[in-house]
Amino acid sequence: MKCYIGIDLGSTTTKAVLMDADMEVLGQGITNSRSNYETAAAVAKQEAHIGARLTLFRRGLGDAVAGKNVDELMEDLELNIRLEQFLEQLEDLRATCASHIRDGQTGVLEALTEVFERINAEAPGMFQRGARRRSDFFRDIAGSRVMYIGEEVAKTAGVSFETLLNLYDKSIIDVENRPPEGDIAAKYRRALHRVVESDAHLKVDEKIAQEAMRKAVEMELEETYVVGTGYGRVTLPFPKEHIRSEILCHGLGAHMMYPETRTVLDIGGQDTKAIQVDPRGIVENFQMNDRCAAGCGRYLGYIADEMNMGLHELGPMAMKATKSVRINSTCTVFAGAELRDRLALGEKREDILAGLHRAIILRAMSIISRSGGVTEQFTFTGGVANNEAAVKELRKLIHENYGDITININPASIYTGALGAAAFARRAVENGAGETAA
Amino acid sequence: MSTATERDEVVKEPSMLKQKEMIADNYDRLTRAKELGLKVSSTYVPGNLNELVMCFDMLNNLPEINAIQNGMRKKSGGLIMDAEKMGHSEDVCTYVKADIGNMAKGAIAPNGKPMPVPDLLLLSYTGCFTFMKWFELLRDQYGCRTVMLHVPYEGDGKITQNMRDYVVKQIKEEVIPTFEEVSGIKFDIDRLRENLRKSAEAEDNFVWVLESAKNRPSPIDAYFGGVFYIGPIFTAFRGTQDAVDYYAILRKEIEGRLAAGEGPVTPEGDMTEEKYRLVVEGPPNWTSFRDFWKMFYDEGAVVVASTYTKVGGVYDYDGFRHDPDRPLESLADYCLGCYTNRNLPTRVDMIEGYIDQYQADGFLVNSIKSCNSFSAGQLMMMREVEKRTGKPAAFIETDLVDPRYFSPANVKNRLESYFQMIEQKRRGGGPPARAA
Repeated sequence: MKCYIGIDLGSTTTKAVLMDADMEVLGQGITNSRSNYETAAAVAKQEAHIGARLTLFRRGLGDAVAGKNVDELMEDLELNIRLEQFLEQLEDLRATCASHIRDGQTGVLEALTEVFERINAEAPGMFQRGARRRSDFFRDIAGSRVMYIGEEVAKTAGVSFETLLNLYDKSIIDVENRPPEGDIAAKYRRALHRVVESDAHLKVDEKIAQEAMRKAVEMELEETYVVGTGYGRVTLPFPKEHIRSEILCHGLGAHMMYPETRTVLDIGGQDTKAIQVDPRGIVENFQMNDRCAAGCGRYLGYIADEMNMGLHELGPMAMKATKSVRINSTCTVFAGAELRDRLALGEKREDILAGLHRAIILRAMSIISRSGGVTEQFTFTGGVANNEAAVKELRKLIHENYGDITININPASIYTGALGAAAFARRAVENGAGETAA
Repeated sequence: MSTATERDEVVKEPSMLKQKEMIADNYDRLTRAKELGLKVSSTYVPGNLNELVMCFDMLNNLPEINAIQNGMRKKSGGLIMDAEKMGHSEDVCTYVKADIGNMAKGAIAPNGKPMPVPDLLLLSYTGCFTFMKWFELLRDQYGCRTVMLHVPYEGDGKITQNMRDYVVKQIKEEVIPTFEEVSGIKFDIDRLRENLRKSAEAEDNFVWVLESAKNRPSPIDAYFGGVFYIGPIFTAFRGTQDAVDYYAILRKEIEGRLAAGEGPVTPEGDMTEEKYRLVVEGPPNWTSFRDFWKMFYDEGAVVVASTYTKVGGVYDYDGFRHDPDRPLESLADYCLGCYTNRNLPTRVDMIEGYIDQYQADGFLVNSIKSCNSFSAGQLMMMREVEKRTGKPAAFIETDLVDPRYFSPANVKNRLESYFQMIEQKRRGGGPPARAA
């Protein structure tokens, strides 16, 4: 089948959306951008392919599984495939680390093996329904576990923790830049088998399900047209017609999600954009942060590092605040200094975090007003839209400044740019551009 | 006294060679002023009274132009940091800091020789409050005579007789007597008339060149090319035979391009495809001038009219010319009419007119961090222009000569988005509206 792909190469994450000819989203994938955009694009695309296979599988199942059970099946299936992928990469990481051990360092090898065995053992727990992960990226999960378990193992085994960390540092870039290999179809079949076995209560007929899976996996997904957007777009080996500004892509993506949208706020890693779109999703006007990235997604990343927390943990902690500590600085680095100052004054972490979230949104509000303000439906996109504390502040400030406005936040909002790019890809073919895969 | 030197490395046309020669000659005379027995007056581009200065056989030195020269030669960054070390804050006009930093380093001219200490500072206070503070610093440094010409702001969008009389009175009673005293030469009004006649002649051809951009394709870029075209008329050459000759040569060249249906000349040769016609408000960035320009011509964007090329005199909008029959009055009108001395409604009206007359596809504001006389109100101007013309507008932010405030990736991102936005609007076709 013909597929249209949008890839959004952001400064922090790279997203891919795979769409069919009817502009239905088949799959979406995300990965960290690393220093290698080409690999990031390949990995994100592969992730989107997993989603697409699952979508096709679900379509193929028809009503073979009772309606209420399908969602549960799909969720477990996806988690299983992710677990499978994680274990595969973990094994690659172990082997790569081991290859860096000099001959005779048997103690180190033993400790390393012990660390990876323990991570292996706890992995299924991390990919269970409802399990909380600090991040979905291999680097983040593996890195934090190696740190934590490595320290324990090093202590008892009497080897240097530094040595273990060095092995990890030497290996992780190679490992994350190696796209997963192997018989993908077999992985899907294995995952399905495991889920059918463990979720007996769903009453899935494995024969029917495996047949649907076979068809879904064997379906050829033709890359009919690819459009790239985001900061890394120029590094993509695409001809110029295959590249669109992320402002246009976010405008169009938001319009696809919510056709009544007239104002879009996107807070990405390095920039904050306010975009005004017309009823067709065409950009009328936009404003961006100037010269400096204060108040962007990276600001939260920096604060998370300063507080030694995961990015995902900031929002939930800020939600526990009982008051909001005022943070004046619009400069990311100065805000870090203010943060430490407030901590030293005895303010609670959650209250300070609430203040930091407010500071980000205040910056965004000024950019929104410069772009022309909000008059009709408003859509919030980008990674920061996943942060509940940021969303809470935004709702409050939009309400205070512009009145009773419908605010849309899609759970898949991080894919807005990639969605717009995929729509541009679909449209480019519609408008008669060459049907060549980039 | 613009920056023809930079561009001569790539494309050499007779007008450019002529301008280069004029600039080199002028710096040569300035740096040899003592030896030649010539007195020097320093003044600013907006409201510069070159025709009058020449009546006293004095040389005209323009600190803003020196800052631009240093900016394009990539020297301003270091000079600005030197000035900051001396205590000038980060938010001060970067022309000022580049000039102050340069002074501290011995005020070296582009020809490598030291600039002379001015004998007189002529402060034509036109449209920019910072000018006054800047000359205060120079006066302190040089301890030389200063004469101030206070030009009232055109707050109501027009010149009243009262305003004109006020400026003329200052020229008569303050400026001329000071010049006579410093130079030892008696003012001769016929000499002024002759200079003004030459100004008007050059101005006619200058306006013709700017208006050639009304053609499709435009034979000039009225912003990036425009800054070279304004060189002589904005600086130490207005009223000289050299300027008359320069604009005659330039006009002939442009007439040739027009007849051949050619687009503008860029540092990488002729522009072949004109995809977007823009009107631009605000000064350019000088430290990354070439890279900045490239972001436009690579995408097929031509600037057909710009307000920056009106900062040293507005000659097209209301047809102003220096007038030998009204010598002092026309000097007054010139000062009063400079672009940054116009109020916001007039600027909006001017831009709206350009978009219409030059058939522009859009309006772009390059907002300068450290130039409040330009930047204040620009966002409001943009909104108003959008409303009146229905053309897409965009806003980018850079600086004059501080390289720290030019973020290439950011500017390029905005420009590309803007060009794609124009394209999208032009085609008018949204995708089928389907929820994802």
